[in-house]
This record gives sequence, C-alpha cells and structure tokens, in this order.
Amino acid sequence: MSDLFRYVLRLGDLSLVLGQRLSEWVGHSPALEEDLGLANIALDLIGQARLLLSYAGEFEGRGRDEDKLAYMREQGAYFNAILAEQPNGDFGQTIVRQVLIDAFQLELYERLSASRDERLAAIAAKSVKEVRYHLRYSSSWLVRLGDGTAESHARVQTALDLLWPYTVELFAADDVDQRMAEAGIAPSLAEVQAAWSARIDAILSEATLKRPADRPHAWHGKRGQHSEHLGYILAEMQYLQRTYPDARW
Amino acid sequence: MSTTLAQNETSATAREGMAASEASARIAAAWEALRDVEDPEIPAVSIVDLGLIRYVKAGPNGALEVGLSPTYVGCPATEVIRRSAREALAKSAVGKFEVTNVLSPAWSSDWISPEGRRKLHAYGIVPPDRAVSNMREVLRSQQPIACPRCQSLDTQTLSEFGSTPCKALHRCRACLEPFEYFKCI
Repeated sequence: MSDLFRYVLRLGDLSLVLGQRLSEWVGHSPALEEDLGLANIALDLIGQARLLLSYAGEFEGRGRDEDKLAYMREQGAYFNAILAEQPNGDFGQTIVRQVLIDAFQLELYERLSASRDERLAAIAAKSVKEVRYHLRYSSSWLVRLGDGTAESHARVQTALDLLWPYTVELFAADDVDQRMAEAGIAPSLAEVQAAWSARIDAILSEATLKRPADRPHAWHGKRGQHSEHLGYILAEMQYLQRTYPDARW
Repeated sequence: MSTTLAQNETSATAREGMAASEASARIAAAWEALRDVEDPEIPAVSIVDLGLIRYVKAGPNGALEVGLSPTYVGCPATEVIRRSAREALAKSAVGKFEVTNVLSPAWSSDWISPEGRRKLHAYGIVPPDRAVSNMREVLRSQQPIACPRCQSLDTQTLSEFGSTPCKALHRCRACLEPFEYFKCI
C-alpha cells in the first residue's frame, strides 16, 4: 500500500467516522439548534470524506470509488485515529471530542493547504474554511459547559480526562507521516501538535478546565487496530451496501 | 498565384474570426442559460449570482468547459445544482459542453455578486459581511447583524448553523422575527 494512499485514507476515515458518529445525534440533541449544529458539522465532515476517499481511490487506480472505500472496507482497513470512533456519551462528551478533533483538523488543514500535492492542498484549503466554524461552535460550547454549573463543569472535566489519552495518537508520527512530511506533502506532526496544544490550552483555560497529563497509549487506529466501537459504527453504516451490493436510490 | 495565396490567407483569417465569434456567442449563450438556474435551497438567487460558476471557456475539442464550485463540501444542493446546470445548458444553443468541479481556489462568500447580495437581502437572508480568512477573524465576526425587515441592530444568534450549511439562524429582538444570515467563508 503506497504512502499517499494510506495517508489520504487516514484523513478521510477520520472525517467519515466522526461524521457518522455525530449524525447519531440527529433527532436526539438537547435542543433544535444543537441538532442543526451537529448535523451540519456531520454533513461537512462527510463532504470532506467524499473528496478524500475519491482522491485515494483514483490514486490507487484499482477502480474503487468513494462508496466502495466507505462501504466495502473491513474494520482493519480503516485508518482513522480511534478518538473519532469513541462513543458520543452525553452532549458534553461529544463536545469535548469535537473540540479536540476540530482543533487538530484546523491546524493540520491550515498547513496542508500549502502541500506539494495540489489535490490535497485544494481539499485542505476548502475544508479549513468550514472547520473554523466547527471549532467556533464546539469551543464556545466547551467554555459554556466548563465555566457553567458545578454539574456541567464536572461532566466535561470527566469527559476530557476520559478522551485525552486518545489524542496522543493524532500526533504519533510513524514512517508514513515522516515520509509524507519529507516529500513536502504533509506538514510535520510535531509542528501541528505545538499549534494544537497552544490552542487547546487557551480554550481549556477559558473553560476553567484542567489539562490532563499525557500518558503512553497503546491503540493504533492509524495502523488499522481499533477499539471495539468501530465495528458497530461500520455495521450500521455498511449494512445496506453489504446486503444489496451496488444498490442505488 | 500570389492573388490566390492572398485570398486563401484572407479566408483563413475570416474562418478563424468566424470560429472565434461563434465560440464567444456560445459562451454568452451558456452564461445566459446559467443565469436562469436557481439555487434549489435559495430560489431567490441564481448560481451565477452566487459566484458558483467559475468560468465558461472553449475547450480544445470544441466542447465548452464550465467550471462549477461547491459552496460547502457536503452541501447536498451541489448535486442538484450540477444537474440543473447541465439541463439548462442542454436546452440552450451552446452545443457540446462539460461541467467540471472546481475546488481550487475554494469558493468564497465574497464572490456573491452585488446583484446576488441585493436579491438575498430582499428574500430575507442577510448577505455575508466579508470573507474571514483565519480562525481569529471567525471568532471575532460575532458583531451585531441588522434585521433584514426592520433594520434593528438589536438581534441575537439563535443557532450558528441553520437550515442549510451556508446559513446561520438569527432573531430580531425589535420586530421579534427570525431571519437567516449567509455565513462568511
């Protein structure tokens, strides 16, 4: 499997899995405005995933399009960081996960817009405009909840403690990340991490939340090793195409 | 001999001139046809007013090339817009054409024409202020937005995301009417 194919799948899968997760809120959000907000963010993420998976499929050149890649890959062939597949929990936990990933996509896409790979640069430049609005939404909610009541504060702090260990994987550069950075295609993950860290610190401080300590972390979604949650997401997402292959409507 | 050559040259130039004027007539006809294609979710404005048509040009194989940009990557209206644009072009006298998806440069709300902005406002959607090019500007762009009905500045944001990806939902505290705002991207 080529480096670029794997790298683009990692980005596309992160957006696809998070978009699918967020769409579980449709019809269940605490208020209509939040239903609209989360559904719109999910839609943007799935739009990003379509562009990225289409590119990956064309680059691979084996006739797999965005749908084949989304609906016909097994869990072990998905390369998203496992933070994206973590359950929604309560609204606060969803918001914490969203802030962590929005800030990551923001810093990554800002830099990826200058990629030597023109197609990837175009997708990143287009997507980052939308991601800014995602982060404005999620970070303003995190500040409201963190700096809100004792109950809301405690809930988002618990969610932050729970999800923080999974953020390590976002920045754990392996050979693919390194070679992509050396080729001028991807930004250095160390640089993305420094910018992400500063941004997250500012949001957490405004939200009066405590940043958890970094701990070593054993999961590797980027290598196709996932938590048990991804299988359930894929089962629901892929059910129709696997039961009626190539079904159209 | 020399006369024939000169005549041939003249007619070759004339033919090129005719081909060029035919191409520019087809391009004009294509723009005309596209001007009648409405955005399915904001029927007040055409896709040309919204700045979604990036170019119409004569391609090397005689087909017209039409560049179309999506507003938001996941916007479901994009598929409908592409189909409507194709249908409108097929009905008009433009001949062969191809519609290409243009991602770069990314569409900006700054590309909405003055006419488009006027139509949006008349339709009850506040047009975007100006493009925001970084996170700091997105965070700052929370200034009061005037109500499109009564012009009051006493308005509030109800929802950062509205009925479509490109809009946010606001409410006027003076006339109590809700209204939509076209987001800056």
